Amino acid sequence: MDASFVLIQALNGVQYGILLFLVASGLTLVFGIMGVINLAHGSFYMIGAYLAYWLTAKTGSLGGAVALGIPIAFALGLAVERFAVSFLYGQDHLKQVLLTYGLILVLNELQRMLWGSDVHSVPVPEILRGTVRLTETLSYPIYRLFLSAACLALAGGMAWVVRRTRLGMTIRAAAADRETAGALGIDTDRLFSLVFGAGAVLAALAGMLAAPIESVAPGMGEQVLVLCLVIVVIGGIGSVKGAFLGAMAIGLADSFGKTLLPETAGLFVYGLMAAALVWRPQGLFARGT
Amino acid sequence: MGAAASAAAAWVPSRFAIGGEAPVRIGIMLPYTGVYAQLGENITSGLTMRLKATGDKLGGRTYELHKVDSEANPSKAVDNATKLVKGKDVDFVVGPVHSGVALAMTKVMAKSPKTIMICPNAGADELTRGACLRNVFRTSFSNWQTGFSMGAEVLKRGHRRVVTLTWKYAAGQEMMAAFGESFRKAGGADPVEQLWVDFPDAEFQPVLTRIAALKPDAVFAFFSGSGAVKFIRDYDTALDRKQIPLYGTGFLTEGVLDAVGNHAEGIVTALHWAETLDSPENRLFLGDFRKTTGRMADVFAVQGWDTGTLLYRALDTVKGDTGATKDLIQAMEDAEISGPRGVWHMSKSHNPIQDFYLRQVEGGRNKVLGIAHAQLEDPGTGCKM
Repeated sequence: MDASFVLIQALNGVQYGILLFLVASGLTLVFGIMGVINLAHGSFYMIGAYLAYWLTAKTGSLGGAVALGIPIAFALGLAVERFAVSFLYGQDHLKQVLLTYGLILVLNELQRMLWGSDVHSVPVPEILRGTVRLTETLSYPIYRLFLSAACLALAGGMAWVVRRTRLGMTIRAAAADRETAGALGIDTDRLFSLVFGAGAVLAALAGMLAAPIESVAPGMGEQVLVLCLVIVVIGGIGSVKGAFLGAMAIGLADSFGKTLLPETAGLFVYGLMAAALVWRPQGLFARGT
Repeated sequence: MGAAASAAAAWVPSRFAIGGEAPVRIGIMLPYTGVYAQLGENITSGLTMRLKATGDKLGGRTYELHKVDSEANPSKAVDNATKLVKGKDVDFVVGPVHSGVALAMTKVMAKSPKTIMICPNAGADELTRGACLRNVFRTSFSNWQTGFSMGAEVLKRGHRRVVTLTWKYAAGQEMMAAFGESFRKAGGADPVEQLWVDFPDAEFQPVLTRIAALKPDAVFAFFSGSGAVKFIRDYDTALDRKQIPLYGTGFLTEGVLDAVGNHAEGIVTALHWAETLDSPENRLFLGDFRKTTGRMADVFAVQGWDTGTLLYRALDTVKGDTGATKDLIQAMEDAEISGPRGVWHMSKSHNPIQDFYLRQVEGGRNKVLGIAHAQLEDPGTGCKM
């Protein structure tokens, strides 16, 4: 094994990790701020991918699809929050798990009714179609590099909103103590709707941006959900910083595991989670850090 | 007296049943929901089209279908099969799609030797090897056949250093083992490396990087459905297929060519059917299927159609006497079926002996180049009837 092989595998791992982070960040945000375990988070990812497929076909460009897809995903997130999740604030997690599991089934059925059970793909936008030659046999698609850059920009934007803006301050205040924040004049109901909608948008946006390198197919949400739960557990529930490091760890473990120990690659991710839990049961960054 | 009468009635062939003839009872146990729903639909369409084409009579008798959704769920397989065999008292069970369901079903079939199971898809080698039952037939393929048919061909094309790659689950493992077996038999060496990805994981970038570092002469792979779409696209973007050509079992390019666009052009695979197979039977079948369902036929529809032919031929031979199980099984063993995939018949262990066609993707279709392996027979290891 030479240095360039290790470097390229690290690139694969980081790129995969950044994408996973974008999905996991919405999950951990909703959990951290609202105390809601949303198992349907992966379904928003799937719906994002289908929106990209459908709207790219309609508008002829992925950019157009994303521009139209974000408000649709936001509206869907708001509707789900208002008509389902909002009844469960402060209730025990078992009820939330049951309800949001039911939502997975409903959203999967909705997907089947709207788009059928066929597999689809989304073309890579013309200007991002090329590849970069890495070795004499291996090329790297430019779109994957673009995807990483886009995800990092989003992560930066999210951190800026939460840390530096007034909105971020009220979000943090409501997360720390909902009742006091309410007494101080913050409309927490509206705020929670907004956060849930933003979580849905993050997942859907990840699905839309990943669509050109993924296959758009039924059930794609569940696969990514399992990885996101692992990431959130490793990183510490509710911590965005933890989700970032957790996603990087999973991405790298997957990339090196698959090539160094192909026979047991699948165990790598879960081994990592087990190790993290033994070392720090509350996750790398527990809530509030 | 009553018991004696009913015992006697059981011996009377059903075509002589008092009060007119009873219909032949056919149970269908296929997935109609979940990821395999489309496969279940196409098999059912193929089967019912074939039965209609015989004037809706089997050995002179009418028939009735009893459908159960298998949900591709092995844990429900015994219950579902029992519902048909005991509850509906069917003469035949057609199903399933999923190998785990098929193997679980054999437990029910072992206890009901008068009911005959015809498997129209599941490829687990075990079904016509270790499981080995007189009343279980398969009209599709064994995983071994799909892997074995390409080994000699890849070597013949001058590729000596080969990497294999598939999902780490039973079907993939059986196909890759069979590929290696025929590759060695033809004079090749062991694969340079066998790569696995957990099912149904579809993050291929790390293994493609590994393949680029190994620089093999060729790659032999199996994925299906959405995994195949992503794999074919990722492979074509990361690697130069002129340097490292991609081969696969036929299922790699089945049903995904519309979704992968021109990323699949030139991929060579082998399968027991191709939509471009130029024969009168196949042309007729493709036209009929399109007319009836509005969809393009696939290999699953063919397997359903040929299951119908087998039922028709066997019941014709015994003149509709479903009580004559021994003769019926004999008739199915002896049947020479001619259908959309060509001519085939059952092996001693009840698996099709059939041609595997060499296909290359051209213009978004699997174009037939010739025959990769003529009348290939699964060894049926461990099955003595």
